[in-house]
Amino acid sequence: MLDKNGIAKRIAREVKDGMYVNLGIGIPTLVANYIPEGIHVTLQSENGILGMGPFPFEGEEDADFINAGKQTVTLLPGSSIFDSATSFGMIRAQKVDLTILGAMEVSEQGDIASWKIPGKMVKGMGGAMDLVASAKNIIVAMQHVNKAGESKLLSKCTLPLTGVKCIKRIVTEMAVLDVTPQGFKLLELAPGVSVEQVKNATAGRLIAEGNIPEMKID
Amino acid sequence: MSKIVKNVEEAIRDVNDGATIMFGGFGLCGIPENSIAALVRKGVKGLTCISNNAGVDNFGLGLLLQKHQIKKMIASYVGENAEFERQMLSGEMEVELVPQGTLATRCMAAGYGMPAIFTPAGVGTEVAQGKEVRKFTFNGVEKEYLMEYAFDADFAIVKAWKGDTEGNLIYRATARNFNPVMAMAGKITIAEVEHLVQPGELDPDHIHTPGIYVHRIFQGEKFEKRIEQRTVRKK
Repeated sequence: MLDKNGIAKRIAREVKDGMYVNLGIGIPTLVANYIPEGIHVTLQSENGILGMGPFPFEGEEDADFINAGKQTVTLLPGSSIFDSATSFGMIRAQKVDLTILGAMEVSEQGDIASWKIPGKMVKGMGGAMDLVASAKNIIVAMQHVNKAGESKLLSKCTLPLTGVKCIKRIVTEMAVLDVTPQGFKLLELAPGVSVEQVKNATAGRLIAEGNIPEMKID
Repeated sequence: MSKIVKNVEEAIRDVNDGATIMFGGFGLCGIPENSIAALVRKGVKGLTCISNNAGVDNFGLGLLLQKHQIKKMIASYVGENAEFERQMLSGEMEVELVPQGTLATRCMAAGYGMPAIFTPAGVGTEVAQGKEVRKFTFNGVEKEYLMEYAFDADFAIVKAWKGDTEGNLIYRATARNFNPVMAMAGKITIAEVEHLVQPGELDPDHIHTPGIYVHRIFQGEKFEKRIEQRTVRKK
């Protein structure tokens, strides 16, 4: 089983040189810490940054420099700032190569639910609906099961949707899976996790063919 | 006719009960904090507020919420405000949640003189309920798009770093966010700035919002510029 940082490390291996990448709040944000050396990536923050840098040093934080999670950040040399319409313009026009975001549920059709639990929790969709509707390449970073122990990989989402037929790859603490027309295809297992365990934690159709390799992380 | 108003009270003099107001800002970054404080003091009620977020419990639009001055909130993300969630779930306040890109582009459309836009965001979700869906082939791909209308706001209240007496505005870093598109979209646009300067002091090449969009401008008395999530690393 992986911890949050392990999930982020595995996803970082999906990032390729020259990519513009948007990272969502939570585990996706951690991916920035594990981008392999020698790979040049430009991080987009949808509140209006290309070229987002690390958190500022203590005492150097500035209220005018935040990311989409409202955290204080810095800008790297060569960065740019723009307004919110321009930011979502570049997202809609598919200039952003890779989107990594969290989810409450993903269905075997690639539907995603992430913004609302009716009657209980309504935080809003933020930029997630725009991102999933337009991105060429979306990876979901999430736990395989929720706090109640129920699978988050379903045949059909039960919560209000964020987007339809848009998710292609999911990385959880247990596995890497692709969304295919036949169901969730198991690609890799986390160290110490068996196919059986993934099967038990997946409510949707799971395809596990042949020998499933172990994830490479470091 | 001068665009300069002597203080925030004069700037919001005709913002009355039932007004529809856009507020610039992302979280607490780049919000018109002087104007929000003045609206709280004025006690106007029944407001429809268009803003990406709804502030926190004791700052930003959260201050208007506490006094029950907001009738309807149009926003994309409201996660940081417990009082907001309470008023929404109890039905005291009407809430329209809008995808963030749709929110920005509905502002932009108003400022560009376009009545509507088509966006893929929200197709197949509850955001699409009751809206026109159209198929377009764009960049060689056929896809469904939602029609979304330009906002129609009585006022846009924005915050800029520098402004001149002609109403030209320059924002600083990520405090830009929704401010430029909202500035373009208000029937009356009010700008509060950290530094009000004379014509000629701003380089015309560096203006973000041309003065034609700004009707009233003043230098804010005080900017707290509160940080919502202070994240730092050790030296």
